[in-house]
Amino acid sequence: MSIKVQNLTKEFDGRKVLDNISFTVEKGEVLSIVGFSGSGKSTILKILSGLLEADSGTIDIDAGDVAMVFQYSALFDSLNVFDNISFALQERKEFKGKYTKEELKEIVRKSLNTVGLSGIEDKFPHELSGGMQKRVSLARAIVTKPQFILYDEPTAGLDPVASTVIEDYILRLRDETKATSIVVTHQMSTIKRCSDKLIMLYDGHIVFRGTPQDLLRGDNPYTKQFVSASIEGPMKIAASGF
Amino acid sequence: MANITVYLKESLTYQIALTMVKQLREFFETFGNISYRFLEVLKYLLTFQISWKQLIEQSSRFAVDSLPITLSIVSMTAIILAMQVAPEMVKQGGKDYIGLLVSLTMVREIGVIMSGFAIISMIGSSQASELATMRVTDQIDAMKVLKVSPFKYLFLPRVLAGFIMMPFVVIISSSFGILTAGLTAMMAAKDVTWLCYITSVWQGLYIRDINIMLLKAACFGGCISLISSSCGYDAQGGAKGVGIATTKAVVWSFVAIVVVDCIFAIAFYF
Repeated sequence: MSIKVQNLTKEFDGRKVLDNISFTVEKGEVLSIVGFSGSGKSTILKILSGLLEADSGTIDIDAGDVAMVFQYSALFDSLNVFDNISFALQERKEFKGKYTKEELKEIVRKSLNTVGLSGIEDKFPHELSGGMQKRVSLARAIVTKPQFILYDEPTAGLDPVASTVIEDYILRLRDETKATSIVVTHQMSTIKRCSDKLIMLYDGHIVFRGTPQDLLRGDNPYTKQFVSASIEGPMKIAASGF
Repeated sequence: MANITVYLKESLTYQIALTMVKQLREFFETFGNISYRFLEVLKYLLTFQISWKQLIEQSSRFAVDSLPITLSIVSMTAIILAMQVAPEMVKQGGKDYIGLLVSLTMVREIGVIMSGFAIISMIGSSQASELATMRVTDQIDAMKVLKVSPFKYLFLPRVLAGFIMMPFVVIISSSFGILTAGLTAMMAAKDVTWLCYITSVWQGLYIRDINIMLLKAACFGGCISLISSSCGYDAQGGAKGVGIATTKAVVWSFVAIVVVDCIFAIAFYF
């Protein structure tokens, strides 16, 4: 259940957002993709999840379901938590009619328990805090038992404690589901705690590959600038599309 | 030579031509997108992949939520028509034809088109802004990742609800309009009695007119939902994008139902 990306290229309005990107994520591994805003991190996730088509390059994903946790949760605001989580099971062709209402309730309850929530099935997304919305979003992602989970800035907009909770769940889901995960993030705590390995993007290229420990060592001028959050260094804000 | 190019590019004529080309391109893009989505909707309809829960919800919204505003607009138009026409017709000795005039006008044109306008402002704008908000908050992307087609879940129930419910809305609003016009005519002109009015309502009205009205209403309903959903689906950016999409949906829907109305008039009454 690995992901192998080779020579991925994507252009928007004549600007190469991704230029010959290649990487591999092994089964059960968590790869973090870091980089400035506009460096193409989310574009990779969108291509992997099928939302965008690459201009060129190949993606080998072993057979299996791909789930995605969006930056701002992307819960369906006209549906309550129960319908949000069971949405795929109720509406997807292969699941339609497979589960009874009682079975769906049980599946939703278990999914909510996995992310530390209970008794909120009747609530609507606007009645939940940002952290709870993220957790419901996680519950929705894992309900179909995906083999691949993509996280687009899962801790964006959350306070440090809520971020830690989300990071714990990312690790827990990796351990429990053995899913292969890719996390796009800016947050150092997420990089340090969740990643098995990481890549850094800048101007459409991979400028660093390694482990979180390699990143913190700071031998590479790009990672050095990223870790110190400095505007001085090889990465220029204008080039990143910020 | 370079100077001439710069001068030309800065000239007003060039700017106007550029804007026109951009708008023309945008027009064809929008038209193409709407046509493509119509085919997608048709595909799911013909394979009976219908989300019944959504269809019921959308039908209820389409008919029930829009009825008060539709009734108000159609009946007010009918009242205005009766107020202006009834006294003149009585003067010209045509009091026995007031009902006929009102019913023909309501059934053939005013009832449907005014209901269409009311539905656009009430339901079309709401559908467009709802889908646009879903687009800019990644909800549509989330739906795709969950492998549920937005055409099946969002478009088909809305378009089908419009197609099915609009004739009911038009029947109710037109009937209400004819009745309120009758009451107004009685108040606006002496000698007009209820019996005389109601009798004349049926004089020139044929079942064919009512059938055409229902078919036209169904087409209006489907068009409004399709265009509104499509414009909302194409929204980009944040709040501004939602606003632009909603305005576009309203404008396109207005134009579309007038064009469809024109096609019906040529096909059936020309």
